[in-house]
Amino acid sequence: MTDTQLVIIGSGPAGYTAAVYAARANLSPVVIAGSVTAGGELMNTTDVENYPGFPAGVQGPELMESMREQAEKFGAEVIYDDVATLKLEPGAHQIETALGARYTAQAVILATGSAYRELNLPNEKKLSGHGVSWCATCDGFFFRNQHIAVVGGGDSALEEATFLTRFASKVTLIHRRQELRASQAMQDRAAADEKLEYLLDSEVTEIHGEDSLTGLTVRNTVSGETAELPVTGLFVAIGSDPRTSLFADQLSLRSDGYLNVEGRTSKTAVEGVFAAGDVIDSVYRQAITAAGSGCSAALDAEHYLADLDAVTKQAEAVAAEASQAPAPIAS
Amino acid sequence: MSTEVTDATFEETVLKSDKPVLVDFWAPWCGPCRMVSPIVDQIAEENTEKLKVVKVNTDENLETASKYGITSIPALYVFKDGEVAKSIIGARPKPALEDELSDFI
Repeated sequence: MTDTQLVIIGSGPAGYTAAVYAARANLSPVVIAGSVTAGGELMNTTDVENYPGFPAGVQGPELMESMREQAEKFGAEVIYDDVATLKLEPGAHQIETALGARYTAQAVILATGSAYRELNLPNEKKLSGHGVSWCATCDGFFFRNQHIAVVGGGDSALEEATFLTRFASKVTLIHRRQELRASQAMQDRAAADEKLEYLLDSEVTEIHGEDSLTGLTVRNTVSGETAELPVTGLFVAIGSDPRTSLFADQLSLRSDGYLNVEGRTSKTAVEGVFAAGDVIDSVYRQAITAAGSGCSAALDAEHYLADLDAVTKQAEAVAAEASQAPAPIAS
Repeated sequence: MSTEVTDATFEETVLKSDKPVLVDFWAPWCGPCRMVSPIVDQIAEENTEKLKVVKVNTDENLETASKYGITSIPALYVFKDGEVAKSIIGARPKPALEDELSDFI
């Protein structure tokens, strides 16, 4: 059992930024980074062009390595393990990892991020890894000169689609509405891409294939007509859901499933437990907003721990005084 | 560090092995592959008696990767007597991998 002041769960921009601030405040934070997910979602991206300070862009994994290095430089301890159980008990929150390490923490910052959403169609799981993929940067290479479909209309969907045109003979972007949600910059880039086609007002209703993906059935959401799309690759980028299973039964969640925090602070419903990043943010969901909220959480945790320390010292002083004072006279 | 196997050595090293072989299909550009690689190395070291562990760089050995229909990496395949006996797609924490490989370790 290791007693700590602060444990940070998660290692995306929110977790590592919280670690930088907390480490500089001498809180010796322990970051439980995840054994295979360390660095978070940016580890699966290539060029990040909108993180301030990098006019030439930066590779997602490189940015995350730099954040980790910066946190460690100031004394954060990064552990490549996963939290198995979390028991929130004000004063001494209990954390146990998958490999059996145990920690108590006076304060905890939850920066668990989000997980890719699935289409929830039959065959999606079966063909996962056999044509159905969630990581264009990992798997795009295997679809050289093939026809690929990307589902989604946000920045990640367009980024994946334009990335995949490097390999594919053709990429079809399927989005259930007429309007894309992606930023104008991303849409402009996509519009210039000759290998990219759009199937708007459309949704995938069936995924076909026995051993590997052979095609999709796509339904027009306006006319109701269906059509077959003979693709061998399907990349799903329809957003993500907050990762809350570790603490969903101990903290208050909003109706949309995101973790609830008090106003503009990072405070959760339990004393000494703070949250940052995508797990609390259903609106902005950017690396820079996650980093900013990681900073807020570290500052909130720092104030909480300072107050806790002051209260403890005061109690000790009162106790010391009481032990020196003459015994009260019984009345 | 486990052995790197190529298209040229795959048959000899993997398909003709007496012991089951865990093959880690990876590529240099794949982030999750880099994360799972040290875990695969640990499993290799802890199970040298029962399991042979090798790695195939799919970027340089596309023939083997395409023969086994690899379209997502990391992909961990166990070969027993020349046949695929188990396939695990995507990076997993060590306890989860050990659990999936329990028949072989």
